[in-house]
Amino acid sequence: MPAQLAFRDLTLGYERHPAVHHLDGAVEKGALIAVVGPNGAGKSTLFKGIVGVVKPLSGRVERLGLRRRDIAYLPQLAEIDRTFPITVYDLVAMGLWRQIGLFSGIGRAARERVFAAIAAVGLSGFETRPIGALSGGQMQRVLFARLLLQDAALIVLDEPFNAIDAKTTADLFELVRRWHHEGRTVLAALHDLEMVRTRFPEVLLLAREKVAWGDTAEVLTEQNLQKARRMCEAFDESAGPCRVAAE
Amino acid sequence: MYDLLIAPFLEFEFMRRALAGTVALAFGAAPVGVILMLRRMSLVGDTMAHAILPGAAIGFLVAGLDLFAMTAGGIAAGLLVALLTGVVTRLTHIKEDAALAAFFLMSLALGVVIVSMRGTNVDLLDFLFGSVLALDDETLLLIASIATVSLVVLAVIWRPLVLECVDPVFLRSVSRAGALAHIAFLGLLVLNLVGGFQALGTLLAVGMVIVPAVVGRFWAKDLTGMIVVAIATGILSAYSGLLLSYHTGVPSGPAIILVAGGLYVLSVLFGRVGGIVTGLLPRRHLEA
Repeated sequence: MPAQLAFRDLTLGYERHPAVHHLDGAVEKGALIAVVGPNGAGKSTLFKGIVGVVKPLSGRVERLGLRRRDIAYLPQLAEIDRTFPITVYDLVAMGLWRQIGLFSGIGRAARERVFAAIAAVGLSGFETRPIGALSGGQMQRVLFARLLLQDAALIVLDEPFNAIDAKTTADLFELVRRWHHEGRTVLAALHDLEMVRTRFPEVLLLAREKVAWGDTAEVLTEQNLQKARRMCEAFDESAGPCRVAAE
Repeated sequence: MYDLLIAPFLEFEFMRRALAGTVALAFGAAPVGVILMLRRMSLVGDTMAHAILPGAAIGFLVAGLDLFAMTAGGIAAGLLVALLTGVVTRLTHIKEDAALAAFFLMSLALGVVIVSMRGTNVDLLDFLFGSVLALDDETLLLIASIATVSLVVLAVIWRPLVLECVDPVFLRSVSRAGALAHIAFLGLLVLNLVGGFQALGTLLAVGMVIVPAVVGRFWAKDLTGMIVVAIATGILSAYSGLLLSYHTGVPSGPAIILVAGGLYVLSVLFGRVGGIVTGLLPRRHLEA
């Protein structure tokens, strides 16, 4: 399989502090990859770098044959203002951005697709509810419905199953499996190692730097996990310029 | 009844003008206010309203009571403060609300000093509290144009603007329009405050933006409903406030905002969505 995404000596971060440090590697088309690592390991930052929301401090992300709109992104639930008075239908319909852009109306066919996506995540009848009235699991279902409509070649999921009950997790993972079978590339940040071991063929273990990347069984060894755990989460405020970058 | 509610507007042209101006203001200011409130930027509105004062005052200093000079000065000053606040927040460790508070006090003080350099105390009162009963043709036209521009621009930037509020990271992942929409929105805010400044003065201009919007929040659960309620509140406040002022002789601008304030208090207590008294009513919980 050809690569769809490549990281070339990629460093991403905030105010010159690296959150992802000198990452190299490639994501093959159709891969199903779990990104694992402690809090602060750079998983979210890496994903934001992939979708282009965070710009590299050095190095680059190569999106091979992918336009901006071919990448669908599920932000962490915490980044969404759930008090905003918008309905389930309206939020899901934004998954059609690629077709409707800034101004186009939503025609009958598109409206059917929105209803179908809401039905596919098991929320039929919730269309006119404000998102503030949903539980955490229902909200995540709404966001998955939006992903369905985006119809993207690369799907990036930032902690999709955090604080989500077993039933919802199982339902939503079924969608992930479907995307995988359709040949889409899926990256997901996860904390549940049991789930990763049983359901994800490939793992990137990240602790600011790449600890290991490859087949799940080979990456998730006790030795690698301990190495990842030793990573210091706080930035060193007095850190000097990185020498590797200067070379 | 007729004498009480309708005659003042039929009899006096200045009352009709005042009503037309404030109703037009309500149409533009209310939707801007609803978005402002939902973005938790109410304080920004307050700051910008005061920031307009020194700009308008410089226009006054240069050209006297000239609508164009004062409006241009006000818009320039409003945009400048919007920009400076962004810079200070980004470059220093000060949070946005502190930066805003500092700017708004400075603007107010500077504006009052500049007006006093040339004008009388009457001018100063007009600057601070507006002169809604003295709207001339040009001013009316200005306010109506601002309302029209506001509604058109809001319609154009609506989708990215709403999405920028709910899920900014997602919006950035599909489009670059978010930042543009935000800037256009700040521009609309300044325009509406300049319009409000003509009628209500620098201290009360933001009243027609924020107060109706907050009332809307207590009566509707969805965005469209909030905006409809907010516009209706603005119009009702304008009409009732002018009548109140006509019959009792209190100043008109403050009367309008007082009525809006009264509607706000009623909404806090009895609003359908989250009103205090409404919440205390003994109603059985639902089955599912």
